[in-house]
Amino acid sequence: MRQVLELLEQDATLSPEEIATRLGRDVAEVRAAIAEARATGQLLGYSAVVNWEKNDSPKIYAFIAVSAVPEHGRGFDAIAEQITLFDEVHSVYLMSGGFDLQVVVEGEDFREIAQFVAEKLAPIPGVRSTATSFVLKTYKLEGRTAYTHRTTHRLAVTP
Amino acid sequence: MSTPSQSLRLRPEVEHMPPSGIREFFDLTLGMEGVVTLGVGEPDFATPWKICDAVVDSLRRGQTSYTSNYGLMELREAIAEDLGMRWGVDYDPATELIVTMGVSEAMDVAMRALLSPGDEVVVPEPCYVSYKACVSMAGGNPVVVPCTVEHDFRPQVEDLEAAITPRTRGLIIGYPNNPTGTVMSREDLLQIARLAEEHDLFVVSDEIYAHLTYDGEHTCFASLPGMRERTILMNGFSKAYAMTGWRIGFTAAPGQLIEGMVRIHAYTALSAPISGQIGAIEALQHCEREMHEMVRDYDQRRRVFIKGLNDIGLPCFEARGAFYAFPSIAHTGLTSKQFSKALLYDEKVAAVPGTAFGDCGEGYLRCTYAQSMDNLKEALVRMERFLAKLKAGKVQVE
Repeated sequence: MRQVLELLEQDATLSPEEIATRLGRDVAEVRAAIAEARATGQLLGYSAVVNWEKNDSPKIYAFIAVSAVPEHGRGFDAIAEQITLFDEVHSVYLMSGGFDLQVVVEGEDFREIAQFVAEKLAPIPGVRSTATSFVLKTYKLEGRTAYTHRTTHRLAVTP
Repeated sequence: MSTPSQSLRLRPEVEHMPPSGIREFFDLTLGMEGVVTLGVGEPDFATPWKICDAVVDSLRRGQTSYTSNYGLMELREAIAEDLGMRWGVDYDPATELIVTMGVSEAMDVAMRALLSPGDEVVVPEPCYVSYKACVSMAGGNPVVVPCTVEHDFRPQVEDLEAAITPRTRGLIIGYPNNPTGTVMSREDLLQIARLAEEHDLFVVSDEIYAHLTYDGEHTCFASLPGMRERTILMNGFSKAYAMTGWRIGFTAAPGQLIEGMVRIHAYTALSAPISGQIGAIEALQHCEREMHEMVRDYDQRRRVFIKGLNDIGLPCFEARGAFYAFPSIAHTGLTSKQFSKALLYDEKVAAVPGTAFGDCGEGYLRCTYAQSMDNLKEALVRMERFLAKLKAGKVQVE
């Protein structure tokens, strides 16, 4: 199961047949593993990894550190769940360290994100403070190098 | 252009030595754009960054000197520990190990240390290009034992025995094998071991691809009963740790031979580069995970590529080690060279003719799958197209 998920995480376009070939397994076994991963919520969906900085109309991203007041009996779950409901929110994590939630927000421009923070995120009851950091440049994204000057110089034929 | 002086005439062994078949093919690819290469016998991964980082740090600290002729003691200790833990063979790092510039230098130095003019060394083929050359350059005579696909290119002990004469000093084996990808089982190797014992032969065991064994486990030849005292175990860092350009290999063998090798090495190479040796220490001590990740990737590519070759009509036995597939092209009626050249010119896919690794490689191609999955798939598409054109008589063959 883990190997199947790892392959799909690298390349969601792989067919069960190709995964089976790569792993030396039966196609039926791979199909069953994928179905189980979906059913149990291990496999949330498939998406492309896009480096928007290379696009003509790029999206921008901000990392927002949120300090929040935990609720009795539910901790930070209720407030985090509420934050996930906004379309602008890309991901939400409960964090160790100096703040409680890390919220990743995507938008068309700085103003859109500022507006989200000021009008939607900060007013949520229980949000104590926010600290917004805008992404200026992407070097690595979802395990893939997005920016590099490194090159390899392999010969076409060698021993 | 002036005529070179007669004083520059080559000695006959060198003059008559054919250039490596790989080199010959390499020249054809020079200047060609858009080539998908299956000809590169090296990992397509970059050296793990922590190895580079350790070396950069060592340079900043001024570690730029010669090392002992044997190699850095810290590296030899790390190698000895690794050999013991991984393959169950014990070597004294002070006297039974030498660090060389890759296995290639080790092979040359070992042959020069061991052979007298006319000594014979049995070499199963197909095999790596330097084995026979190193024997010849040392004044010896390589005696070839052809291996066939019927036995997955594993040498048959009766064939090896038939090649042995009173002049035979030893044999050179390299498994997992470059170019075929063949591995040898413990039982196979035990037969060779018995033969070596009966005829009192040394056995050079080139195990540079040992880590790249995909099904089952690699057997270290020196770990077989009675073999430690006659085995010259060679390995290095190029393949498993993606360190080809660092040129670090080693040989483990009884102290008497190592001392002889060191004497030659000291007069010619002096020592392997210190930066490479420092990188090798880092590789052994901290890069097990990276190595396993690379091996896992090769294994996946192996399955995809070998299945792909069979699907497009190039029969390929299931290679279980190294990173090469050795498909048959015999049914096309072309020689390996003709096929490789036509494939390169027509579809810009570089694969090495099997004959670069010995005459019994005729009818085969060596294709490395140490390539990105995308490149492998592209190569398969091009090769399938090439075969269709060939069948339709639309390919110009030289």
